[in-house]
Amino acid sequence: MNIVSSHSVILDTDKCKGCINCMKRCPTEAIRVRNGKAHIIDDRCIDCGECIRICHNHAKKAVFDSFDAINDFKYKVALPAPSLYGQFNNLTDIDYVLTGLKQIGFDDVWEVSRSAEIISDLTRKLLNKENIVKPCISSACPAVERLIAVRFPNLCDNILPVLAPVEIAAKKARAEAVKISGLKPEEIGIFFISPCPAKVTSAKFPIGHDERLIDGVLSASEVYFRLVPAMGEIDFPQQLSSSGLVGISWASSGGESSALLRDKYLAADGIENVIKVLEELEDDKLNDLEFIELNACAGGCVGGVLNIENPFVARAKIQSLRKYLPVSLNRFDQRDNSIDDFMWTTQLQYTPVFRLDNNRSVALRKLKEMNAICESLPGLDCGLCGAPTCRAFAEDIVKEDVSIDQCVKMQIQGGK
Amino acid sequence: MADVFKLRYEVDGDNFMAAGAASSDVKKVLRQLGIGAEAIRKAAVAMYEGEINMVIHAGGGVADITVADDYIEIILTDKGPGIPDVDQAMQEGWSTAPDNIRALGFGAGMGLPNMKKYSDEMKIDTVVGEGTTITMRIFI
Repeated sequence: MNIVSSHSVILDTDKCKGCINCMKRCPTEAIRVRNGKAHIIDDRCIDCGECIRICHNHAKKAVFDSFDAINDFKYKVALPAPSLYGQFNNLTDIDYVLTGLKQIGFDDVWEVSRSAEIISDLTRKLLNKENIVKPCISSACPAVERLIAVRFPNLCDNILPVLAPVEIAAKKARAEAVKISGLKPEEIGIFFISPCPAKVTSAKFPIGHDERLIDGVLSASEVYFRLVPAMGEIDFPQQLSSSGLVGISWASSGGESSALLRDKYLAADGIENVIKVLEELEDDKLNDLEFIELNACAGGCVGGVLNIENPFVARAKIQSLRKYLPVSLNRFDQRDNSIDDFMWTTQLQYTPVFRLDNNRSVALRKLKEMNAICESLPGLDCGLCGAPTCRAFAEDIVKEDVSIDQCVKMQIQGGK
Repeated sequence: MADVFKLRYEVDGDNFMAAGAASSDVKKVLRQLGIGAEAIRKAAVAMYEGEINMVIHAGGGVADITVADDYIEIILTDKGPGIPDVDQAMQEGWSTAPDNIRALGFGAGMGLPNMKKYSDEMKIDTVVGEGTTITMRIFI
């Protein structure tokens, strides 16, 4: 049985053994173990997928659309993330993947790496503008954006207010499909092939705008298992790819920054490293930088939990694939689109999910109580009470979620 | 409301790597109290600069944080050498940090100016040879 939630990371309670691995790993302390099962605190979850990565029992899952959902549309377009290209053995040409996508049921493909190149070009222009808050944080990783929204209130304005590559790809792809097919926009199905659950969530609950641009999100691994046999049948692939090495390089950490052709940038990957960088940025220690690329997954998007291949192997494969590609084949062209087509229309809002109470006096009292409780706890952070740390346990006690009797160490010492 | 919340941190004089830990902890607490973003940022920067200053110049010290209804107060107390000329020390770029500290990228002479910039009120009590107490307030 699955618990229904607005997130793309969910728990299969039948498989959950109530171990504390996911709870200890969660970067926003969004997991508690209650009555022998893990429980996700909805408003704290940022869909980073760390719990999926660590769960040995495969009880943490990502929700995505079923492949059959593409049949609800008259004309279907696949948007492959560049990280998909790193999943295949002995791949010499991206066109095999794209031709394969057409063979398994799509009418057309629109590579996300193309729109990544458009964003690289646009970002280079935006960085020269006076009104851009620097250092700019890339808006490409939705888990990072949600992390900032719950934990780094001061940095919401530093995010580059540009749509994510997949969103621009979706806009471009739909417009093109309407032209080619003569159908109405709503008859076109735009399907993203995603490396991670965070991007599944942001297709349904967009960041920076209210428009639903993507009709469905498919898991890279599910598509992979359909693609491999189809690709084996191809003698001569169609010439479909039109991205250069800049766009393809977005698949790994550092790819987006190096495309800016500037030196004052930082690229960090892995959620713990991302948090450290954001802490320093918040303390005004990184003001010499112009651009900060942050990827929640180690290695970048190739490290997403919906992929098949080890992120570092995938990165090596992409390196060989891009070797003979031109630098870039797409750019931001004002004859096609105005800048506003690709910019956010709403700001990222801080959501104070760690606030103890809406009333500051009450919050103050609770914090005092919490500190007093903390003093009396053993400080082992063992997690057996069902909270990730003794401090988080004290917080749960003052919120009246649990009783202090749950502390196992105290029970043993009490001789019970 | 007279209720206030107090925190105390010992700032270890030998440990550059640990400087900033207290500032990070304070941010967490302020978030839990529901303090606004701008005040959190000001308190964190002022606190971090103060911590580093105590490590560089005074061999460490103590940071006392008070959160009251309408302000955050940070009191940094050290038993260091004191500041002979406060006006000079307040100038941007003025630094007495030794070369080995500068080699680490510190000692740019922005510590005190930044503390003043990020706090709404700042008071320096210093006695040469005895130590320094800096009191900063950020209104919330």
